[in-house]
Amino acid sequence: MPATVVLLGALAVACVPAAQLLAGAAWPRRCPIAGIALWQALGLGWGLAAVGALAAFGRSGPIATGGTIGRWGVVAVLRLLSLTASIALLTLLCWILLAAIAAVLKARHRQRDLLGLLAHADPKVPGALVVDYPAAAAYCVPGLRSAIVVSAGALDLLDNDELAAVLAHERAHLRARHDLVLLPFTALLRAFRWSATARAANAEVALLVEMLADDRARRRRPARELATALLRVGVSGGGQAPVGALAATGAALDGELAARVARLLRPPPGLPFTAIVAVGVLTALLVVTPATAWLLPF
Amino acid sequence: MNRLGELERAIMEVLWVSGDPMTVRQVGGALTDRDLAHTTVMTVLDRLAKKGFVKRQRVGRAWRYRPAESREAYVAELMLTALDQTGDRQAALTRFARSVSGAEADALRAALEALGGADRG
Repeated sequence: MPATVVLLGALAVACVPAAQLLAGAAWPRRCPIAGIALWQALGLGWGLAAVGALAAFGRSGPIATGGTIGRWGVVAVLRLLSLTASIALLTLLCWILLAAIAAVLKARHRQRDLLGLLAHADPKVPGALVVDYPAAAAYCVPGLRSAIVVSAGALDLLDNDELAAVLAHERAHLRARHDLVLLPFTALLRAFRWSATARAANAEVALLVEMLADDRARRRRPARELATALLRVGVSGGGQAPVGALAATGAALDGELAARVARLLRPPPGLPFTAIVAVGVLTALLVVTPATAWLLPF
Repeated sequence: MNRLGELERAIMEVLWVSGDPMTVRQVGGALTDRDLAHTTVMTVLDRLAKKGFVKRQRVGRAWRYRPAESREAYVAELMLTALDQTGDRQAALTRFARSVSGAEADALRAALEALGGADRG
């Protein structure tokens, strides 16, 4: 068996425990952008390595033909199966990405249509749209025609400084197109719903993206305003337990809000330079290694 | 917002306020201050019908239009989709903070009180 197959196979398999390790690590919260880059490299590296390993094994010798029998015949059949599996996996990964993009565009289109009919401007939140809804909520609709939406409940709940902090946070999301960071991970979750690793990766990247936006907002507004806004919106549900989809993930989400507030009030020290370099090298290796193996002659 | 979007919104308001299905002429009549051509109102109603916001039925010789859903139902749809962005759906919209409950909410409430007290002090 050629070295390429072993290398790519080992890399694909190693990506899973590595993802679980990264999901449990505390350091990405000290430098969200490095954490996000490593998550992206891990995801891309896994895909390239898994497809590449299957394809490399499939092309490592003659595939099954009518005339071959015996031990080599079995291996040839395995090569044929492996080649088929590599094409199937590549097709699946491309397909789920396209399906996720389509679903996202459809949901945003509907949001814009409804906002056009229902939302209005308010001087308290310049540039944002207000929807008359009693519960406190704020979100953004990313895209080329982006929008920040604030509920009337949030306007009542938050003071002007807190609203400005919310807007700064949402603008950071829109400007840096954080939705594009999330997209591949949500796509992966759609395909591998059963996978605890896919769920952990998705949740962790979502949290890092929020922390990144918190950091950007903190440059423009005092951290305390953002922290109290987070707390007020977070506890605004009163005693009502969230229902449906929210309840299913409730326990994990609870901790995220507390983590963001704690981080705003007591910012952790940034990563040392050497650690950032190490993460950068690891990130590059995760993508370059399988990509190079793809290009090598088999 | 563009003129067409603004007209769609104004016409939906008219239909939501009126409890009964309205003809093109009646809708135009309710927006007299805008001095809209009959065909303009018809075009906008047609667009709204294509988007599914308006339903039409023939009564006698004229088409009558009514909202497909109440304003409240659309507000609820808008906000619930936004608040339900978890897991594999959260790339579409990004939510500021989720509301929590139970012991975690109590802990956050205590943290908020501590911060609020410091603010006022």
